[in-house]
Amino acid sequence: MHSGASGIKIWYTLGRRNPGLLAGFLLLLPFLLFAALPSLFSTHDPIKTSIRELYRPPSPDHFFGTDELGRDVYSRVVYGARISLASAALIIGIACLIGMLLGTIAGYWGGWSDRIIMTLVDLVLAFPSLILALAVSAALGPGLRSAIIAAAAVWWPVYARLLRGITLQLAEMEYVTAARAMGASAPVIIRRHILPNAVYAIIVRISIDLGLAVLLLASLSFIGLGASAPTPEWGAMVAWGRLYFLTEWWIGGFPALAVTLVVVGITMLGDGLNDLRAVR
Amino acid sequence: MGKLLLERLLTLVLKLFGMAVILFVVTQVLPADPAAVAAGTDARPEQIERIRQELGLDRPFHEQFITYISGLLRGDLGKSLLTRRSVSDDLRLRFPATLELAILSGVVIVIFGVGLGIIAAVNAGNPLDFLIRAFVVVSMGIPPFVLALFLQLIFAKWLDMFPLEGRLHTLMAPPPYTTGLYTIDSLLAGQWDIFCSSLRHLALPVAALALGRLAVGARFTRSGMLETLSQPYVRTARAKGLRERRVILRHAFRNALIPVVTMLGIQIGFLLSGAVLVEVVFTWPGLGRYAVDSVLSFDFYAVIGAALVIAVIFVVSNTVVDLLYVQLDPRIKHK
Repeated sequence: MHSGASGIKIWYTLGRRNPGLLAGFLLLLPFLLFAALPSLFSTHDPIKTSIRELYRPPSPDHFFGTDELGRDVYSRVVYGARISLASAALIIGIACLIGMLLGTIAGYWGGWSDRIIMTLVDLVLAFPSLILALAVSAALGPGLRSAIIAAAAVWWPVYARLLRGITLQLAEMEYVTAARAMGASAPVIIRRHILPNAVYAIIVRISIDLGLAVLLLASLSFIGLGASAPTPEWGAMVAWGRLYFLTEWWIGGFPALAVTLVVVGITMLGDGLNDLRAVR
Repeated sequence: MGKLLLERLLTLVLKLFGMAVILFVVTQVLPADPAAVAAGTDARPEQIERIRQELGLDRPFHEQFITYISGLLRGDLGKSLLTRRSVSDDLRLRFPATLELAILSGVVIVIFGVGLGIIAAVNAGNPLDFLIRAFVVVSMGIPPFVLALFLQLIFAKWLDMFPLEGRLHTLMAPPPYTTGLYTIDSLLAGQWDIFCSSLRHLALPVAALALGRLAVGARFTRSGMLETLSQPYVRTARAKGLRERRVILRHAFRNALIPVVTMLGIQIGFLLSGAVLVEVVFTWPGLGRYAVDSVLSFDFYAVIGAALVIAVIFVVSNTVVDLLYVQLDPRIKHK
């Protein structure tokens, strides 16, 4: 009882101090639950077609209606949460790992390695990201996996640049010099002394990028380069739903709404986290 | 300024070269065979082989690279695998449509983004400021293609206020070609009805493209204005008894403009990326839709050509913004 009351108090304080963080979290919560336990929240099989139930508008039986093959749009949106969020996490995860590795190398050793890595970073960032991702995923052939690789391939420079900056700054610190004087090797210094201090900046960046990754993936799928049928991926669902959008708007409309809510939610969450850091 | 200009131009050239190399490498890792695509689905192996020789795909890597780069220097982006038309010619035809969309969106972004930002900053902490900030957060998150679809549904289908897609009414002939921008060409030719039709066709795509970006613009302007408004010289201006309007527009806004210009430079990339999907939704015959159509038909040279042109526009405009920045902020020059 007592802990429950103080829990409410914490949420209340958070909501007043940082309404964006709370609102973002609340927006995301249903989608996180969908992604974690899709079978619990779905009402139908997401890929089972039903010839007798084509193009049904939203009803108590089918919350978001049915699509051109009689599949339940609501259940597809529920399962799509896992695909979209997991793919976005994978994109950012890969990008972050590559970026961390190359960024710390560039920042710590400097010299030629720095010049080569940062030239590549500048070149990749010189493209509008969707355009380069389009070319890369066209080269890899359509499919969810290509889309994820393409997205990660255009995203790692962001993290390389971030980590290089942090490494440059921290490498100057006295405690790092001290560690070096004690004979610690470069990998140890990077792992023990530099990365732990970069964690918060990385988390904030990730929280902002996740939303953009959901968006980039949905955009690639919308073009027709991402997930293929019958995978319930939101962007692909919008792409198919577009064919019927002016008459059966719910087929593409609800997945489109899901993408929007998740992107808005993650953006608000990231902003909120950023504000927390600014206060600190 | 001269030295700086030269330096930036040199970086620009090197950057463009590097980007061309990246795109070339991308074409080299293709798992699909461009020759097979060009030959069509029913081609016999010897036909594919002949086309491979025709396209020069059987030659060693470095020879292909030299051919590609020297073609680029002559403005030749190769031929489309499917239509055998020159990609450069195709893109030249498509470019004005995208330009018209981007310019108008840019104007909307500047006017509304900067306007909302100033209103929010002047009213900082008021309900109006809160309202604008909420609007900003929500609009930033709406993907342009989602917005485009819903705008179509609501304003074209349900309310029937604007046309659904395309650049002109289907029964209208495009105005005589001068710039390729229908709005300007029709005005030059004095064709008032075509001008109106093209504006009406632009309304929804521009709205879809501009909303999220003008939100970002409003946010930048707001924070820039808040910072300058707290500066001592603004207090001095107020203390001199200047009217508030003058203080805000002449004193604070001029300096708040610096981050705004940077923001606009960043927007150009987003405009080009967003335009790809918006063009698809509104069947707008621009660069983005050309790129997407080419991707879907595995027309690699067309994809690479379109990507390169869009990237060049992006990099060149960023360089221009960079130089503008120096003009606006004299402190950078003396560094």
